[in-house]
Amino acid sequence: MTSTILTVAPVRPSRLWSMQLYGYLLILPALSFLLLFTHYPAVATVWESLFSAARNGRPAHFVGLDNYLALLDDDIFIQSLWNNLRYALITIPLAVTLALLMALAVNRHMRANALVRTAFFIPSLLPMIAIANLWLFFYTPQLGLLNKLLALFSLPAINWLGEPGSALYCLMAVSVWREAGFFMIFYLAALQQIDPRLSEAAQIEGASRRYFFRRVQWPLLMPTTLFVLINASMNAFRIVDQVIAMTNGGPNNSSSLLLFYIYRTAFSFWDMPAAAAMTVVLLVILAAIALLKFNLLDKRAHYQ
Amino acid sequence: MKPTITFGRLWLNTVIGLAALLWFLPILVAFWVAIHPASDQASFSLFSPLTLQNFVNAWHAAPFGRYFLNTSLLVLMIVVVQLILATMAAYALVRFRLKFSGAIFALILLQLMISPDVLMLNNYQTIGALGLRDTLTGIALPYFSSAFAIFLLRQTFKAIPLVLEEAAIVEGASRFYILRKIYIPLAKPIYVAFALVSISFHWNDFLWPLVITDSVNVRPLTVGLQLFSAPEQGVQWALIGAATLMTTLPLLVLFLIFQRQFIQSFMRAGIR
Repeated sequence: MTSTILTVAPVRPSRLWSMQLYGYLLILPALSFLLLFTHYPAVATVWESLFSAARNGRPAHFVGLDNYLALLDDDIFIQSLWNNLRYALITIPLAVTLALLMALAVNRHMRANALVRTAFFIPSLLPMIAIANLWLFFYTPQLGLLNKLLALFSLPAINWLGEPGSALYCLMAVSVWREAGFFMIFYLAALQQIDPRLSEAAQIEGASRRYFFRRVQWPLLMPTTLFVLINASMNAFRIVDQVIAMTNGGPNNSSSLLLFYIYRTAFSFWDMPAAAAMTVVLLVILAAIALLKFNLLDKRAHYQ
Repeated sequence: MKPTITFGRLWLNTVIGLAALLWFLPILVAFWVAIHPASDQASFSLFSPLTLQNFVNAWHAAPFGRYFLNTSLLVLMIVVVQLILATMAAYALVRFRLKFSGAIFALILLQLMISPDVLMLNNYQTIGALGLRDTLTGIALPYFSSAFAIFLLRQTFKAIPLVLEEAAIVEGASRFYILRKIYIPLAKPIYVAFALVSISFHWNDFLWPLVITDSVNVRPLTVGLQLFSAPEQGVQWALIGAATLMTTLPLLVLFLIFQRQFIQSFMRAGIR
């Protein structure tokens, strides 16, 4: 770095100083908003999770880890956490596999290519609340299309969102529908970056499509797969819109997820210490995924 | 080509086409329900008459005009402020050799893993303390500073040759002039990409606006749509279908116009 603005002319210390000031002033607005709405609330949440609620004029007092111990006894919290874990473990592999299949399907010479790609991608553009409404057409007990389909085969109707056994899976289907097309875009981008000479060479050698995928495309898509998996996991623990719109956590909390339960605890029960402790749990989960990301992804990003 | 291969290709293409159609079915169903009279909603008969009455009824059944205005203002405000703040911050990080630029950048990147909706608990209190609860500014404030925008612009600005800036300084140009005439024009694709991602994210945002608003005058579309659909669940499907399509239409139109940019910016973005 021999040529920088600062060395264009001999610099006096005062000018150097004013440069620093100028620069910090430029960062200040962005940084203060970040500090106020990201860093401060994160720290404040941890702090508040260590205090009891202020009730009937009694001020909040320090209770240590009591709020966290109380969470262990909170069956709904444990269930929400467990539901969320199941949600992640089931929807992510499904969405990622579908995304890959979609990308492979669109990445061919086909006349309706753009149309097919659009059909796959559009769900990820729509607001989750709108998507929830679209899917209620399928799930609703009397008029819903799924029950009409069942009736066609003279099978008994199912109350899809009203049964503890099926509500969570119905929400999962909605998530997969929305996410798969979004992840397809990343696979598509990665597929298009694979050198076309590789596929020509494979063709000349007489390699089958399957062999080519397994030995060439799949390994080259590895960084994309990791990237998508990690982003999907982060999304999975922040799901809340469709729970509010479709089941409200019910029946019997069978479809309650972590962020949804935090929302309910905070803004329906107004139990702030408990909500703060749960938020910290969520932050720890997200931080763990982020650490995984930095360790796995950034090292392997230049795989090709 | 051998005929067997063409046949296989044709078969595969058909399967793909049908899969795409099936995937798109939820939207088609909503469309079908919305353009047919409410009395026919259950029957799906092919000869049912077409109508736009459901859209008219839905529009009058809830203050959708107001919701549209709110969401548009909200998204506009957020995206404009995000881009201005991020431009300033990224420029400072890249070209001012700040003493603590590394530490500051690390602080900024923390936001990538903690999104503001997770922190709604304290942000709700902060916005309340500022007296901005139930205002559009109150919804927008936590999003004004986007780590992602700063990150993207910093990458782009870094790649712009210093020589350009040095030449401009020698000519006596001000920093602001340089930013406006050199950096911003050269980073235009990044601005478009980030704006598209940010627009679609904030158009769809639901939980935070739900928490922080409670009156018609500030409620965005997503919250309005949810309130509209929730009470009479299963009763007025035609209206709900029409309202749902209505609220998503602007994004769909935007997508169809900017299809290529949309897909590219989502590829670049990775984070909504």
